[in-house]
Amino acid sequence: MPQNRDENLPLLTRRRALGCMAWAGGGVIWSLVGGIPRSLLLGEAAAAVTSGSFNFAQISDNHFGFNKDANPDVVATARESIARINGLPGPVAFVLHTGDITHLSKPAEFDLARQVLSEIKAPLHYTPGEHDVLDETPGALYRQAFPQKAAGDGWYSFDAGGAHFIALINVLDFATSGLGALGAAQLEWLAKDVKAIAASTPIVVFSHIPLWSVYREWGWGTGDAEQAFSVLKRFGSVTVLNGHIHQVIQKVEGNLSFHTAMSTAYPQPRPGEGPSPGPLKVPAEKLRTVLGVRAIDLVPGRGQLAVVDKPLAQS
Amino acid sequence: MSRLIFALTTAIAVSVLSVVAIAESGGAGVTIQNYTFNPQTITVAKGTKVTWVNRDDTPHTVVAVDKKFRSQAMDTGESFAKVFDEVGTFSYVCGLHPQMMGTVVVTPSN
Repeated sequence: MPQNRDENLPLLTRRRALGCMAWAGGGVIWSLVGGIPRSLLLGEAAAAVTSGSFNFAQISDNHFGFNKDANPDVVATARESIARINGLPGPVAFVLHTGDITHLSKPAEFDLARQVLSEIKAPLHYTPGEHDVLDETPGALYRQAFPQKAAGDGWYSFDAGGAHFIALINVLDFATSGLGALGAAQLEWLAKDVKAIAASTPIVVFSHIPLWSVYREWGWGTGDAEQAFSVLKRFGSVTVLNGHIHQVIQKVEGNLSFHTAMSTAYPQPRPGEGPSPGPLKVPAEKLRTVLGVRAIDLVPGRGQLAVVDKPLAQS
Repeated sequence: MSRLIFALTTAIAVSVLSVVAIAESGGAGVTIQNYTFNPQTITVAKGTKVTWVNRDDTPHTVVAVDKKFRSQAMDTGESFAKVFDEVGTFSYVCGLHPQMMGTVVVTPSN
């Protein structure tokens, strides 16, 4: 199958780089190849994912400390998610955590999170959610629990697998846009960070709140993200990985592809469905079909990413 | 339908209870429900204590836009109170949900 996929891509240039999208909800993966969608069965897509030499994963929204009806045992589902990551075929270079590690930023929740997340065999790279920065000095406990070499209030970047990874924070100061915000200092840092990087380098940006406007009425977007994309638009392939909305929603816009991830704790309603985005209670036997993790495969030399979402159970 | 009536009755009972509790303390109250501050704008005389109560099953906070006050996270049923000693208009947001905005208008006493 990977060979067939390669044959379909002779005209692919980085400027026209594809977002290889995956939608695992019904056991079918939709791939966008050069803008043309085609479906792959789940097994085939899994094979495609493992064929690359560079794999990484995403985990999001554990909400350690949450104990309401929507999921009274978030530790159990977090552990099942970790088992999915540890059980991925092929080496996982690292895991990106897109925030809301804890529910209320309490010291005991951070302790529990550290203990459970240490069961992930691969190294972790974190970015916080708004639930992780509720302490007196916003983010102090988070930075103490998950120390990282970072600039400013915790944003950072690194190179791996031929791609440039950028961790952004959009949960510290919402101002009055009604949306998440990056702020001037971080935007300035971003411009400097990517200045010397070749436009052919694939970029992977990860942050908690979606960097695209998923649903403004519920604050599911980032007010000043356009300024970040004006800096990133010269790159041939930009993949944006977010959490926050506890469901998979994906979009391709030119060279940008956007993906939100499932939570490991509880689902939230589809945008605009119901009076508020509060925790969604689903029948107990359905819970594991709406929780999960994500595997991402970077195909060397082409700037192509395959994204496969892995629910804890098939619906 | 009966579930809806039950939910409405419960909501009314809960808001009546919080209004009574707040009235007894001589302050003013803002209820947080369905990711909304209610009332969205509250007008109080200088020196009034304003109490926010969270009736959602998700936590919320109250953060002044000018950063002058900031609550801890309020989980379900928890509250935050602040006495407003300065005349003026104070805008605030929920630090967890940026779409939630509210205003306290403080007028001179008497």
